[in-house]
Amino acid sequence: MPADALGRGVRRLGAGTINAVVRIGYAARFFVAILTHSPQSILRVGLTTREIYFAGVLSLVIILLSGLFVGMVLALQGFDVLEKYGAGDSLGVFVALSLVRELGPVVAGLLFASRAGSAITAEIGLMKTTDQLAAMEMMAVDPLSRIVAPRFWGGVISMPLLAALFSVMGVFGAYIVGVRLIGADSGTFWGNMRAGVGFWPDITNGIIKSCVFGVAVCLIAVFEGYTAKPTAEGVATATTRTVVIGSLAILALDFVLTVFMFRGMGAK
Amino acid sequence: MAHLKHRASSVAFDAQSANAVELKGVTFGYDRRRPVLAAIDMTIPRGKVVAIMGASGSGKTTILRLIGGQLRPVKGRVVVAGQSVADLDRAGLFGLRRRVGMLFQFGALFTDLTVFENIAFPMRELTDLPDELIRDLVLMKLNAVGLRGSAQLKPSELSGGMARRVALARAIALDPMLVMYDEPFAGLDPISLGVVGQLIRRMNDALGSTSVVVTHDIYESLKIVDYIYFVSEGRVIAKGTPDEVRASTDPFVRQFVDGEPDGPVPFHVRARPLAAEFAAHAG
Repeated sequence: MPADALGRGVRRLGAGTINAVVRIGYAARFFVAILTHSPQSILRVGLTTREIYFAGVLSLVIILLSGLFVGMVLALQGFDVLEKYGAGDSLGVFVALSLVRELGPVVAGLLFASRAGSAITAEIGLMKTTDQLAAMEMMAVDPLSRIVAPRFWGGVISMPLLAALFSVMGVFGAYIVGVRLIGADSGTFWGNMRAGVGFWPDITNGIIKSCVFGVAVCLIAVFEGYTAKPTAEGVATATTRTVVIGSLAILALDFVLTVFMFRGMGAK
Repeated sequence: MAHLKHRASSVAFDAQSANAVELKGVTFGYDRRRPVLAAIDMTIPRGKVVAIMGASGSGKTTILRLIGGQLRPVKGRVVVAGQSVADLDRAGLFGLRRRVGMLFQFGALFTDLTVFENIAFPMRELTDLPDELIRDLVLMKLNAVGLRGSAQLKPSELSGGMARRVALARAIALDPMLVMYDEPFAGLDPISLGVVGQLIRRMNDALGSTSVVVTHDIYESLKIVDYIYFVSEGRVIAKGTPDEVRASTDPFVRQFVDGEPDGPVPFHVRARPLAAEFAAHAG
C-alpha cells in the first residue's frame, strides 16, 4: 500500500511538472503571438488608450493612497533607527532610495496585479465564457489583436507610470511625517535626497524594474484569462492565479533584477 | 461586399453554387474512442432554411463549428460555397467567415458595447465604410428586428428575446451568404420565440442567404424551415421536409415530434442493471 501511495504521489508530481512546463511553453508562444499581433492594435490608438484608462487611471486612487502611507511609515520607522546611529539627516535619501529602487516598483506591481491584473483576467475569462471571443473569431476579427494586445500594452504602459507616482507620493508622505510632524530639517531632507539619488543607477533601474514587472503581470493576466476554463469556477480560479502567480513573479524577478542592477555597487 | 477592408486570400468562394454547405462523410471526435459525429452526410441548398435537430449532446453544435472552421473533421470533407474548409489557411478561413454570420446560443453580445455598437462592430472592424453610412446601416438592421428604439441600451438592459434579436441583427450586419443559428429559441417566451422564428425566415428570404438552424424546438422549426435533419449519437437518422416529418412513422421522429420521454432516445442513461447496483452496495 505505501508503495502504491508513493507511486501515485510520483505520478501526480510528474503530471504536475509536465503540465507546468507545457503551460510555460504555451505562455511563451502566447507572448510571441501578442507581439506579432501588436502593430495592428497599437496603430488603433483608441483601443490601447481605453485600456490605459481602465488599468492605469482607475488604479490611481489605490496606488496614490498606498504610496502616501508607505512613505509615512518609512519616515516614522526610518527616522527612529537613523537617529539612533546619528544619521537622522539621511532620512530623505533613505526614503527616496527605498522607494525608487524597491518599494515603488514592487509594491505598485503587487497592487497592480491585484487591482488591474485580476480585472483583465476576469474580463477576458468572462468574454470567453459568454462566447464573446468565439463570436469575434466567427466574425473574422482576431481576439488577439482586438482584445488581448490592447489590454497587454495598456497595462505595460500604465505600470511604470503608476510605480513612479507611487514613489512620488511616498516621498511626499515621508516629507509630511519626517519634516512637518517629527521636525527633521527640510533643507537637509531635500538636499541629501538630491545628492544621494542618482538618475542612472537608481531612478532608471527602478523604471526598468517596473517595466519588467508590467510585462510579467500583464502577460500572466491576459494568458490566464484567455486560457481560463469557460465556467464561473474557471474564471474565479484564473483570477486567483493571476494575483498569486503575478505577485510571486514580481518578487522573484525583483530579486534577479536587484542582483544584476545593484550587486556591484557596494563593492566599488 | 465591395468595401471589405482586407483581401483575406486568393480563395474564391462560389456564392452561386447550388449547395451552400455540404458535409461528406464527416467524422469528428475530441478523442478516438468517443466520436461525436460518425460519417455524417448533409446537404444544405442555397437559399433554404435548414434545421438540424436532435437531443442535447447529439453533436448539433459540433456541426456548426465544423462549418465555421472552428473544428476540423477527422475524416470527410466540409464544403462551404464550393471550398473545402479544411484546406483553408487562417487568412482563407477569415475570408470565409467574413461571409458567414453566426448567432450564438445566448447571443454572445459584447457586454461593454451598446446595442448600436454591437451591430456596428463587424462593419467597423471589417469594412472601410464611413461613419454616417454605418449609422444608417445599423439603424436599418435594428429596424428590421424591431429594436431601433433600443439602440443606446447596453446588453445587460435587454430581455432574453431582445438580446437574441440584436444578435440576429449583428449576424446579418454584413449581409452574409450563410447564417448559422445555434439554439436561437432556447429560453425564450412564446412571443419572443415566434418573433425570432419569423425573423429568421424573413431575413433569409430578404437577403437571399442560406440559414442553418441548430435547435431542438420542433414546433417552431416546422413552421419556418424548408428541410430538417435529425441527428442522434453523431449520426443523421432521419431527414425530410416539414410535411414529411409530420407524416413520418419513424420511431425517433415520432418520439421527437410527440415529446415522448422514452423511446429510441432512452429515458435512462446507460448504466449497469439496478439489481446489480443495489447488490454491490449490499455486499
